[in-house]
Amino acid sequence: MRKSLLALAAGLLLAGSVSAASAADKLKVGFIYLGPIGDLGWTYQHELARQALVKEFGDKIETTYLENVPEGPDAERAIEQLVRAGNKLIFTTSFGYMDPTLKVAKKYPNVHFEHATGYKRDKNMSTYSSKWYQGRYIQGLIAAKMSKSGVLGYIGSFPIPEVVSGINATMIAAQSINPNIKVKIIWANTWFDPGKEADAAKALIDQGADVIMQHTDSPAAMQIASERGKLAFGQDSEMIKFGPKTQLTSILDTWAPYYIARVKAELDGTWKSEDTWGGLDSHMFAMAPYTNMPDDVKKIAEDAQAAITAGKLHPFKCPVVGQDGKEIECKGGANLDDGQILGMNFYVKGIDDKLPGK
Amino acid sequence: MELVEAIILSVLAASTPLLIAATGELVTERSGVLNLGVEGMMIVGAACGFGGAWLTGSIFIGALFGIIAGVLMSLIFALMALGLAVNQVATGLALTILGVGLSGLIGAGFVGERLTPAAHLHIPGLTDIPLIGRVLFGEDAFVYFSIALIIGVWWFLYRTRAGLILRACGDNHVSAHALGYPVLRIRTLAVMFGGACAGLAGAYLPLAYTPFFIPGMTAGRGWIALALVVFASWRPGRLVVGAYLFGAVTILQLHAQGWGVGIPSQFMSALPYLATVIVLVLLSRARTGGSTAPAALGTVFVPDR
Repeated sequence: MRKSLLALAAGLLLAGSVSAASAADKLKVGFIYLGPIGDLGWTYQHELARQALVKEFGDKIETTYLENVPEGPDAERAIEQLVRAGNKLIFTTSFGYMDPTLKVAKKYPNVHFEHATGYKRDKNMSTYSSKWYQGRYIQGLIAAKMSKSGVLGYIGSFPIPEVVSGINATMIAAQSINPNIKVKIIWANTWFDPGKEADAAKALIDQGADVIMQHTDSPAAMQIASERGKLAFGQDSEMIKFGPKTQLTSILDTWAPYYIARVKAELDGTWKSEDTWGGLDSHMFAMAPYTNMPDDVKKIAEDAQAAITAGKLHPFKCPVVGQDGKEIECKGGANLDDGQILGMNFYVKGIDDKLPGK
Repeated sequence: MELVEAIILSVLAASTPLLIAATGELVTERSGVLNLGVEGMMIVGAACGFGGAWLTGSIFIGALFGIIAGVLMSLIFALMALGLAVNQVATGLALTILGVGLSGLIGAGFVGERLTPAAHLHIPGLTDIPLIGRVLFGEDAFVYFSIALIIGVWWFLYRTRAGLILRACGDNHVSAHALGYPVLRIRTLAVMFGGACAGLAGAYLPLAYTPFFIPGMTAGRGWIALALVVFASWRPGRLVVGAYLFGAVTILQLHAQGWGVGIPSQFMSALPYLATVIVLVLLSRARTGGSTAPAALGTVFVPDR
């Protein structure tokens, strides 16, 4: 309660600080950020994309952002504040802004909204997200090649489909290299708590994992792996600074191409509501350079990346076998369909753990 | 055996910031002041501590910066809550909001930088003893300091005249005032001590625990420290038990997940908090007469002159 009170108060403070409008002919583009722009992860990557917009369009547009906006009903006020300040295209960059964005979108039909990682749309509200599981597949290949102990350590945030599909893609790939590979999964039950993420990484390493992967936001796990002389993958952004001899690669959220395309459409008057779920082929994310691995492993990773980009390789190619040994129904022809991946709530065969809540 | 040692080491590291911050808050509350701004003082301590160490290259100076930052923050609280007799709960909450914002501002220039963490003690021979060597003789200075600190506080509160006076202010400020003790001055010092501890606890995070600075990195540890003081029923001995128990449950639940114990992780993440509630209930039931909270805790005192 205390925390939500604080968040509320902080939200009020921030919502009050939107700067006033200036030149009227510029397209005004607004952003709602979950964390501080200096979080080195999720919000930081959105901020980089905003900066790319400014560079691309110069004085044709004017951008405004609000950082540290808590998810949930309180976000509504912040979004509305951006509308009143004259923003015509507004990006709300976290899942929890879904309903607030929809509400404001219904209220202001002439303003266009872009919501990240959600599934609710309207005629003036688009959604966009990335097929990160493709990147996780590549990481799984690398991990299985690089692990000496045959045990991977995986730090999860929350057992939601996005994270579960990441774990499954990793394991399907890893098993294709080493059928006996094991994964230890620790749920931090938070997206961001450097101390806890570090503790989870320590626990995994102490239990024998020698390649650490994370689906939480801070570079703490990378740093622990670096201290202990193990290997790790970054998350959201480039984390090699925290483990120069540790980072194998990192899934980088590269929103800039999408943001530029959408702003261009808005300027041209061709913007319409869409559902974008892009992968490596549409540059919705990128892989950081493959480092700290021998050339043959690098080649495997690069080949997989090329094959996925070309559409020749699908991480969830049928048959996908569930934990109970039964094949998962193959709704997408040769592979699982998007709906099955977006709603994934099972572990694949070879994961000894139990999915929380199952 | 190595695993046991590794777990104990992790527990000590996770418990230390809680213990330091809670020790400071215990003294503050024993003087009758409820400062809910621990989280805010901690995060500013973290930002300044990292900044100090990063600019000078010295962990010691970083820790010093953290302490000074915590004291300065606590002085804002003292000015409002003691000097101007503003409601302590509101002031403390405001201090946390201020601290979270301020730390982002201070730390903006340091985000993305990394430090060499605080060195661990190494005594040839002793540190290499299996199982207990690294636990007893291989910690960083913060861990040893936190233990010295809580022993010092216990001795001060129960074995010195000054400690008795401080407790008197917390239990009945009117009587203490009537006896001629400067209640507000004593409370200000207690608040400053609390600030110094919170600042140091905050600085521990980027200097030893996870050696980089990110806004919001305290992630609620200040609130846990506050809860620990209540858990300990305002006694230093119980505070040590509480802090290490909390750290132990936090770390063990992570290991339990790694071992694949089939208990939902959400439940295990809630365990430390659940343990706090259970112990609180047990304590309140076992209590034999008399209240354990300082009687004047959180009440405003305006001396009539």
